[in-house]
This record gives sequence, structure tokens and C-alpha cells, in this order.
Amino acid sequence: MSAHTAVHESTVGHEWRGRAGMIGLIIAESSLFGVFVVAHLFYTGKSVNGPYPNDVLTIPVIGTICLLSSSVSVALGARALGRGNVGRSGAWLLVTVLLGATFLAGTAREWHRLIYRDGLTIATNLFGTTFYPLVGLHGSHVIVGLVMLGLCCVFAATGALRAVHAARVEMVSWYWHFVDGVWVVVFTVVYLIGR
Amino acid sequence: MPTAQTPSIFDPVSSPALAIRELSFVVLGLSAVIFVVVAGVAAYTLVRFRNRPGDGRREPPQVYGSTQIELAWTVVPFLIVMVLFLVTARYIYGIEGRAMPSDALEVTVVGNQWWWEIRYPRLGIVTANELHVPVSDPARPTPTFVTLQSADVIHSFWVPQLAGKMDVIPNKTNRMWIDPRVPGTYVGQCAEYCGTQHAWMLLEVIVHPRDEFDRWVAAQQTPAVTDPAVRAGRELFLSLSCINCHTVRGTPANGVFGPDLTHLMSRRTIAAGAARNTPEALRAWVDAPGAIKPGVRMPAMKLAKSELDSLTTYLLTLR
Amino acid sequence: MSVLSPTLMSPEAAARRPWLEHAHDWVVTVDHKRLGILYVVSGLVFFVVAGIEATLMRLQLAWPGLHIVPPETFNRLFTMHGTSMVFLVGIPIVFGFGNYLVPLMIGARDLAFPRLNAFGFWIFLFAGLLLHWSFIGGEGLSGSGSAPAVGWFAYAPLTSRAFTPGNATDYWNLAVFIAGVGTIGTAINIVATTLTMRGPGMTLGRMPIFVWTMVTVSAMTLFILPPLSAAQIMLLLDRFLGAHFFDTQAGGSAVMWQHFFWFFGHPEVYVLMLPGFGFVSEIIPVFSRKVIFGYATLVAATVSIGGVALSTWAHHMFVVGMGTGLNAVFALSTMLIAVPTGIKIFNWLATMYGGRVRFRTPMLFCCAFLFQFLCAGLTGVMLSVAPFDWQLSDSYFVVAHFHFVLIGGLLFAIFAAIYYWFPKVTGRMLSERLGRWHCWLLVVGFNLTFITMHGQGVLGMPRRIYTYPADRGWEMWNLVTTLGVPLQIVAVLIFVVNVAVSLRRGERAGDDPWDAWTLEWATSSPPPEYNFETIPVTTSRRPLWDMKHPDDPDGPHE
Repeated sequence: MSAHTAVHESTVGHEWRGRAGMIGLIIAESSLFGVFVVAHLFYTGKSVNGPYPNDVLTIPVIGTICLLSSSVSVALGARALGRGNVGRSGAWLLVTVLLGATFLAGTAREWHRLIYRDGLTIATNLFGTTFYPLVGLHGSHVIVGLVMLGLCCVFAATGALRAVHAARVEMVSWYWHFVDGVWVVVFTVVYLIGR
Repeated sequence: MPTAQTPSIFDPVSSPALAIRELSFVVLGLSAVIFVVVAGVAAYTLVRFRNRPGDGRREPPQVYGSTQIELAWTVVPFLIVMVLFLVTARYIYGIEGRAMPSDALEVTVVGNQWWWEIRYPRLGIVTANELHVPVSDPARPTPTFVTLQSADVIHSFWVPQLAGKMDVIPNKTNRMWIDPRVPGTYVGQCAEYCGTQHAWMLLEVIVHPRDEFDRWVAAQQTPAVTDPAVRAGRELFLSLSCINCHTVRGTPANGVFGPDLTHLMSRRTIAAGAARNTPEALRAWVDAPGAIKPGVRMPAMKLAKSELDSLTTYLLTLR
Repeated sequence: MSVLSPTLMSPEAAARRPWLEHAHDWVVTVDHKRLGILYVVSGLVFFVVAGIEATLMRLQLAWPGLHIVPPETFNRLFTMHGTSMVFLVGIPIVFGFGNYLVPLMIGARDLAFPRLNAFGFWIFLFAGLLLHWSFIGGEGLSGSGSAPAVGWFAYAPLTSRAFTPGNATDYWNLAVFIAGVGTIGTAINIVATTLTMRGPGMTLGRMPIFVWTMVTVSAMTLFILPPLSAAQIMLLLDRFLGAHFFDTQAGGSAVMWQHFFWFFGHPEVYVLMLPGFGFVSEIIPVFSRKVIFGYATLVAATVSIGGVALSTWAHHMFVVGMGTGLNAVFALSTMLIAVPTGIKIFNWLATMYGGRVRFRTPMLFCCAFLFQFLCAGLTGVMLSVAPFDWQLSDSYFVVAHFHFVLIGGLLFAIFAAIYYWFPKVTGRMLSERLGRWHCWLLVVGFNLTFITMHGQGVLGMPRRIYTYPADRGWEMWNLVTTLGVPLQIVAVLIFVVNVAVSLRRGERAGDDPWDAWTLEWATSSPPPEYNFETIPVTTSRRPLWDMKHPDDPDGPHE
């Protein structure tokens, strides 16, 4: 073996392993959402009976504002941990969780109204068929994100979260940014174009 | 009528199939040349450069690549592909892009599990499994334009000697055309898996000389034969649930879930080709269709022997 | 129960441990090498099962009007055969080899996410068992349970509750969905590993071609597998919650399922085939004693196949009535992909040209592969000519074409790979004599069956029919097709015997039995758990050539 056999065993920094993994996951998930978006767009205007989107959809302004601002708070939380400030990080992550939960509550209220007041279920027509899975798939990803963020908050509170975990929390924040990005698309397709 | 023959794509009698055969000669020829050249080079290389015992452990000269050669064998295939595509596009537009002349015979074919409904909307004829068309003179073509629909799942209408296949898809209407130039019977069958009895969803296209076709149309347009000798059988038929699925024009029976039986005996087979249309087979079919074609939608009628005989005798009069 | 890791024990002590401990090690392993072996072995087991299904079908079709299996059973057989071969044989074997070889070839100690790797394997195994459980567990309404009978691509609306009552279709849906989740995980793993964990000196431009094929297919998987999963979720919602995604009676579109499925399905067959090209690209140079000709173009061809493959899917739908414009577009994209594919064949030929070809068993399989894959590619180009496809889509011509690709191409490449890397994995050589019998019997049997099969297609015989009329002139073709089957069965049996015998009594292999040039041959056979004592520094595309020929290293030539 030559004298300059390298000691380091990877050509890039360690955190890039996780980043590459998260980017891979985001690509796969984008592809998943993409198909539901295509289905929704394809079936726009093709329902044979009501209720139709125009009749029953109202733009979820508050929920959207909450969700999009939660991207800011999660970024601040990840950055704070990177600078070693566990307490501040935990606080910002908690804000993120609360904003996300508010968004979810809004979706839940909207669905309750659609089902019980407007009589729109997944089986009612093509609009229901594509609306619930698309918004629901996004909602389920919000839930997964909230669980991960919630765990981070708990670990911050118990002192288990430390600065060395900054890269991992950054990955959670990337996931959350992705979820927000998907909402921008879903919002545009469902509430703007589809109406 | 000649009997069924091998439905080879290389034995076409109608313009779409003839065009495809012409195109396939080009494609097969090109592929054969490429195969012979490349396989030839491969065989030569393997023989010429095989390791011989006296070669020892010396490694041969290492050749890492050659920009010119690699460019050449990228550009040449690319050009071949371009030419092939242009030829293909011409045939795609030539076959699919054909507009329907106003005097074409219009037929609607509806795919069902597992039989074909054939309707001639402008002639008022409804039949099953056999498509009768007039022969077309290439000098003055009289094509038949077929509209394809499905009553349930996806099927595919394929009669190789007449045209390429076209899928039959629910909630979608497809169109194709044929102009057979030689009278005869041309066979085909469903070519998209559609459930248990996909294998027995056969098709026959019977091409008649013009006058023979007109006679066939006239015969099909008449209502069902009312033979007083089989009155008992007819009343039995009309009293059973047969009429919920089958139509016999001229009687109250007007069901649409099963084949039209008005001129049942004018057809060569029953059960979409699963059995010949003989008295024995017909009787066995009415008694227990599942024995001939397991999984078929028609229920076993479970009639007593005398009722079965009476009913069959009636059906045999529906020429 | 010993606390010591088996790799730290003496070999005698390690061998004396109770078999339960051995089994436990294999169940809890996160070692990419063991998981790779588990993937390949499981894939081969499912291969035998799917082969039995094929044998039953060929027996039923050997002559018209036979009653070897009833129609419902036949329909289940072709569904299970196709589904198993793609999802439970092809994918696991290909990703299994990737699992084993990629870290070794790039100078890493494992994949990026070892636990995710293990998860991927066990979830695939669960999915395979779930699918086969349907044979016994899937009872439904009116006796229409048992294994799925909707075809491996499960077209709507045949898959709806209305036309397929019972749970058979749900077994297909869920098993394939679950297997897909595992595959996506493995794909993420391979991409992350190759991008971030290459050893010292191992630039992207020095990675073995096989690693390039694995990275390409993993990236493709990230794009194409989720659409299938999405379509399956939609089917699940249709069948259980009354949704109307593919419900034509409610205005839904049956063709939409086909678009989603084939958007996955077509690139999927390239995911299967590209690593096969990777195997051949590693083996041919070693047995020709020459460097691979045109490394850069091979890499470019690989990546461009991966990209263009995403644009060709609707050539499976030429007969659906998409219209002249779309037919033309997809004919063009399908023809274009023949260019990089053809280039690869030329590169391999140029590698052998001027070399000293040694016809050991791996090379025999590669030679058969070359001729057979050439044939497969050409019938593919024929089918890309849309009007030709209007005649031959859904006929036995297509069945012959894709079996030429997957058996004549992929399976032969897989056998080449097994004979080539078995010594590395086990430390023992497979028998050359048995290997030659295996290869020749398989060549004769395979070609007898599948060359003949083109004939049935051209004579108008559609696919997926459990029998056929006696007056269409198809009998002799079907009989000859069936006659090739026993030869292939014997060939595979010989292979199984070869493996069993060689595991115990095969000649010891040593580190580098083939005098090869990539990094996996720079460690012991089998490699230790940590792969390399010291990770070698890579100085060119053939690190071991450089070590063996210090006077003429590759670097300046590249």
C-alpha cells in the first residue's frame, strides 16, 4: 500500500449522506404527489353531478398562512440548533408544531363541512374522488412531519437534543419545507385552477 | 362460404392490413440486415480473437476507445432511426387519418364479457359475434367503418387479415375501418384480457359479394320467424327470464344484456365461438352454459327435459 | 450465546456455533453483503415458483382443447407468473447484486443507511409471501377468491369491485405496493451511497460501469415507482371507499390507469435490464483481457437510456386510440432509445475485438446474451413502428419479444454474474463442467421456445388465452414452444446442483480468481464484514490493473 493511503473514508462530509437521502425521499414523494395532481387536473370539470368545486370550496387563507409561516419558524429552529441554542431551537420548533396543527385543524373543519353540510364524499363524484386523496395525502404528510417535529420538541425539553444533532434536525426541516412546497402546488391546483 | 383459415398478419385482404404488411417488410428487412451484420461481427470476433493455448499470460494491447468510431456508430443508428420514424409516421397518418366517406357502411361493435354485439345503426340490424360486410373493389372502395364501444371492461377487436387491432374501452369511443377485397370468412378474437373467458370471445368477419350482402341485410331486417308449429316453445321462451337479457324482434322479448336472438340460426357458432351452432350444442348451452364456457354470465336455466326440448325447437326456428 | 462478533472469532469457533445463532445473525443483519445474498437467494426461490407457473401454462397450451388447468386457474397463473417475475425475481436479484457489489466496488464499508437496507429486504420478503398467501387465503364472494387473475398490469376497470369481486385483486395491489416501498428505500440508499461515500480517489468518472447502472436505475426508481404506488392507492380507494378514479360507469377513465401504470412499467423494464448491461460490462473486459472500449460513451448511453426511458411509456398503448399525434410521438421516443442501447452492443464487441477471449462460464453466458439481446432489441424496434404494433400488440409476438429481453438478456446476464461473483461471495468456484451444461441446455431450450413463439404471434394468436380453437393453424407452433420447456427446467436444475455441490466442494477461489481489475477483487473471498482492511486508493477506472501493471497504468490513457 502506498504511503499516502488516505485516512478519511468518504469524499464528502458526513451530513451529505443524510442530505442525499432526504433529497432522494423528496424526489420520490414529489413523483407520488405529481400523479394525484395529474389525476385532479385531468378530472377537473368532468364530474357528472354536483356538488361542484365552485359551490363548496372556500380558499383556506388562514391555514395557508399558518403553514407557510411554519416554514420560516422551522428554518429558524434548525439554524438555532446549529448555533448551539437548544432552548431557542425547541421554542421555534414548538411554534412550527402549533402552526402546523392549526393548519390541520382547518382542514379537518373544512372536511367536516364538506361531508356533513355539502354532502361531498369521496364517492360522490369525480371531484370528491380526486379532492380527498390529494388533500388527504398532503395532510397525512403534515401529520408525519408534526410527529417528527413534536419528538424534536420533546427531546429539546428533556435535554436530549444537542448541537451535534443539528444536521438531523435540518433534515426534518427540509422535509417540512417539502410539505409546504407541496401545499403551494395543491393549493394552486385545487383552490385556484380547479375551481 | 370457405371455412376459417389461419389469421396471419402476412395474409391481408384489406387496405390497413395490406399497408401494415408493406411496412413490416421494410422493418423486417432492416432488422434482418442489422442482425446479420452485427451478429456476423460478433461471431467473427469471438472466433478470431479467442484465446489460444500458446498465448501465455501477455495481455493484448489495451484500446480505451476511439472518438471517430464511437461518433460513427452513434450517428449512423440515429440517422436510421430518423428514416424509420418518417416512414412510420407516414403509415400512421395514412391508416388512422383516413376520413370516412359518406357512403361507407357504418357498424357499431360493442364488446361484452364475453361476446360481441354488432349493430348496423342505419340498417336497423342487431346481431352478435359475426360481422357481415360487403366486399370492396379497390378501384371504387366501399369501406366499412367500425365504431367500437364497451359495455363493461376493456376488450380489443382484432381480425389480423383485415386491420391492426383497436381496443374497445368503456367510456371511450374508438373508430377503425376495413375494406376487404376478397370475399370469404376472416377470423379474429378479443385481444385484450377481459376476464375468465377472454379465450372464447371469437370474431368472424364474413365478406360477401355485394348482392349476397344485400340479401343478408334484407333477411336480417325481417322480424323473427313466427312458426305456429313451435308455439309452445315460443310461449315458454316469453314466460321465462330469457326475455330479460335477449331480444327477439317481433316478440315482447327486448332484453339487451345478451346477444340478439332474432336470427340466431343464421350464425355459424354460439357462445362467441365456443361451440358450433348445432341443435345438440344449442340444447346443451341452454341447459347449462357453464359446462361449455365456465364463468359465462348466462345462468343455467335448469329446465325439465321436455321444456328444454320445446324451447330448443323454438330457438331452432329463428333463422 | 457468545458475545464476540463472529468476525473476531477463529474460523473454527465461528463454525462451531449453534445453527440458531447463525440464523439469528442472518435475520438481524444490516451488512450489505448478507442482505445482498438474501435478496438474490429469495429472488431465485421465487424464480423457481414462477417457473412452475409458466410450465403449467405451457402444458395447458401445448395442444388446443386441453384441460390441464381450468380457465380461472390459468388466468391466475399468468398473473402470478408476470407479477412474481418482475417484482419478486428481477428487482430483488438486480438490487441484491447492487447491494453486495456497490460498496465494494466504490471502496465503501457499507451502504449509507444499513438499517433502511435491512428494512427494504424484509418488507420485500413479506410482500412476496403476502402475494403467494393469496393462493390459500384469498377467499371472496362467489368463490372468486384465491390468487389474483387480472394480469400483471391489472387494467381497469377489470380490477374494479364490479368485475372482480373477492379479495384476490387486493392481494396483488397490496403486495406490489409494499414491495415498491422497499425498492424506493433501497434506491435512496444506493444513490446516497454512490454520491457521498466513495473511497479515496474514486471519482464518479472512475466508478465501474455496473455502479453507474445501479445509480441510474436507482434514480429512475425514485421517479417511476411512486406513480405506480399512487395508482395503486387510487385503486385501493376505488375498491374500498367507493372512489371513481378508474370507474368508467361514473365518468372515470380506464386509460388513465394505463398511463400511470406504464409510466412506471416501461422504465421498470430498463431498471431490470440496465444492471444486466452492467454485469456484462464488467465480465466481457475481464474475459477478453482488454479494458472496456469507450467507458465515457457507455456511461453516457446508460444515463441517457435512463432518461429517455421515461418518455416512451405509451408505446404500450398504441392500440388504445390515443390519436395519430401521440402515436407518432411515442413511436419516435421508443425508436430513439434504440440508439444508446445499440451503442452498448458495439462497445462490447469492440472490447472483445483484438482481445484474447477466454470462454469460461461467465463469458459463455455473456456470448449467448449478446446474440439474444440483439434479437430482443430488434424485435423491440419493430414493435416501436406503431402500425406494426397495431397488429402485434397483445399477441404472442410481444410475449416472445419481452421474454427475449428478460430471459435471453437479463437472465443470462444474471447467470453470468452469478458464475463470476460466486467465488467472491463464497470463496469457492462453481463447476465449469456443470456450468457449460447449464448454459448450453438453457440456450437450446430458451431459443426453441421463444424463437418459435414469434410465429404464433404473427399468425394471430393473442396473449392470455387459456386455450385456442383447433382450426387456426397454431397447434404445431404451440407444441414446439412447449418442447423447449423441459430443456430449460433441466438447465436450471443443473445450476441448482452446481451451487449445492460447489458450496461444499468447489475449488477454493482466493482473492482474485479471474485476474480482474475492480476493487472487490482486492479483498478476501468472502470479504470480511468491514470489506477492506484498508480502503485502497483508486488511481484509475481499473485500480487493480494499475497495481498489477505499474509500468503501464490506465490513468494517462483515460
